[in-house]
Amino acid sequence: MQRVGTTAVSRVPVMTRLGLDSRLIFMVLAIAAIWIVFHLLTNGIFLTSRNLWNLSVQTASVGVMVSGMVLIIVMRNIDLSIGSILGFTGMAMAVINSRIFPDDTWWGAALTLLLGLALGALVGVIQGTWIARLGVPSFIVTLGGLLIFRGGAWLLTSGQTVAPLSDSFQILGGGLNGSIGGPWSWTVGLVLMAVILVSDLRTFQQRAKRGLPNRSVLVQAGFTGAMLLLVLGFVLVMNGYADPRSGLPRGIPVPVLVMLAVTAIMMWVVRATRFGRYVFAYGGNPEAARLAGINTTRLTIMVFGLMGLLAALAGAIQTARLNAGTNSTGTLAELSVIAAAVIGGASLSGGSGSIPGAFLGAVLMASLINGMLLLDLPSAWQNVVQGLVLMLAVTLDVVVQKRRVK
Amino acid sequence: MTLTRQQGAAGHGNLSTPLIETRGIFKSFGGIHALEDVAVQLMPGEVLALLGHNGAGKSTLIKMLSGAYTPDAGQVLMNGQEVQLSSPRAAQLLGIETIYQNLALADNLDVAANIFLGRELLRGGVLDEDTMELEARKVLDRLKVNLPDLRKPVFNLSGGQRQCIAISRAIYFKARVLIMDEPTAALGPQETAQVNELIQSLKQEGVGIFLISHDMHDVFDLADRVTVMKNGRVVGSSPTSDITQDEVLEMIIAGKLPRGQAASS
Repeated sequence: MQRVGTTAVSRVPVMTRLGLDSRLIFMVLAIAAIWIVFHLLTNGIFLTSRNLWNLSVQTASVGVMVSGMVLIIVMRNIDLSIGSILGFTGMAMAVINSRIFPDDTWWGAALTLLLGLALGALVGVIQGTWIARLGVPSFIVTLGGLLIFRGGAWLLTSGQTVAPLSDSFQILGGGLNGSIGGPWSWTVGLVLMAVILVSDLRTFQQRAKRGLPNRSVLVQAGFTGAMLLLVLGFVLVMNGYADPRSGLPRGIPVPVLVMLAVTAIMMWVVRATRFGRYVFAYGGNPEAARLAGINTTRLTIMVFGLMGLLAALAGAIQTARLNAGTNSTGTLAELSVIAAAVIGGASLSGGSGSIPGAFLGAVLMASLINGMLLLDLPSAWQNVVQGLVLMLAVTLDVVVQKRRVK
Repeated sequence: MTLTRQQGAAGHGNLSTPLIETRGIFKSFGGIHALEDVAVQLMPGEVLALLGHNGAGKSTLIKMLSGAYTPDAGQVLMNGQEVQLSSPRAAQLLGIETIYQNLALADNLDVAANIFLGRELLRGGVLDEDTMELEARKVLDRLKVNLPDLRKPVFNLSGGQRQCIAISRAIYFKARVLIMDEPTAALGPQETAQVNELIQSLKQEGVGIFLISHDMHDVFDLADRVTVMKNGRVVGSSPTSDITQDEVLEMIIAGKLPRGQAASS
């Protein structure tokens, strides 16, 4: 569970007593409802291993970026440039991969990725420096970035699409060879389950030993059990979709693995590091953070640098999946990411937001798009529905906040 | 209330050497002189009330002492040695803790996180939440503050509880100089009494306290000495035993020493 930064809005005392975050529970229920409705509307296509596997890959790009956006929004900033950074770095990686490392080697692909990530981080750091040192609002700086880097993506190749990319690089996109297969998926799943079990047990024991308050044993057991079942179910679904060529299970797609790793690391950063603590402290009260001796300028620069890095990672995933660098990749991605973060509980007034919430927000948005695609809804209607869901989610939040203040 | 504290030799110092002293401090903002030639002294175990109208320079002075502002000219001495208060962190390292009027808490963080803000306890480079919670519990118990859940965000705590969190922060990090800006302004009578009791016990341990307050009653209750400021200058200082409330008010309003009162400091 999140300890820092969850909005901690709980109208239901039971939730608080059980030590659960009502927002996360609500989002899980909302996603479950959306899945069931689409399952019925699509005559049983939605909840199949094949579709859920696709859904997970479709979530990856937004899922990778959304945790960075949470930190940005928590610090009372916004980053409108990430879609363009995604396109710019994606194009740069396509150029590097196809022109500098045309031979298919793992190290060629790794270097391409590394250079791309460095470029994204650099771009983020420059924007962050501009915002923190010169005091220009992030909305303006990143709006400029949105235009500049979209233009940059075009200028890199004068608008030409760059293809194909090396097979090794394409693995990042989760295409034909972009999954880790059945045995490895089980290994990852079992290791993850062991980690969850051991860390939950240890935390519980340590707190009990030192006389600190804990959840009741039953609730903790239920919570840990639910997490274990979730991992188990995830691996079963991913292995349930067979590769049509070999008939073997595909297993977890690489971009999904990347997304899960990023989410886990960012949850840890928020919960366990000074950096994460300071981001939330700044969001809650910038003056207090400054008076506590926190270097808020450096903090802002670091958060924007991190966001640029994650946008580049999403750029690698999308470019690899397309097997081409195009100058329009990632257009409007910033809006999906901001929507997912906000649906997941990030408040634009700063100070509150949660990584798991934002991750669920990304899953929710991707589920909506996936379902509407299955239903063959025209894209115009898809946009209308997405817009309405965003407004609904935020309205709900505003109403709850108002009731809390009263 | 009994507080125990290990005090280094430096904490007590020579009784004739001020714990902290400013000499000839100047500070201006865009041509406006916020502080002009300000000299104040604070002895160990002394409560010094800083008085004056809004804009008299009190806030600027304490912000400077807490490292938030740097003076344009002048010296700050601790135990007779010049120190540089270049940042809030530098002031904290010298044992200067400030409790701001607006409390400077991050509402969205929990109690323990606020007490340790900027000075988190780490284990293996990672936040040691459990130890921080235990230590927070200990210091709050010492102050007889009863907060059931230290893992809750502080936004729904009362003014008194929030004040206690701010004070426990200073106590935990063993303040030698404590600056309190209107510590009881937002508190009810019972909470005010609790804070006042706390000031007394800190004083006995040799902590020097700058007290900024508009409540004359509190000032004469708690302070050993008053220093009055007006328009960025020090009007004068006097032990509270040698001066009446009316005379202090006259100093604040007229900006000069009352008749017959020597400029003692």
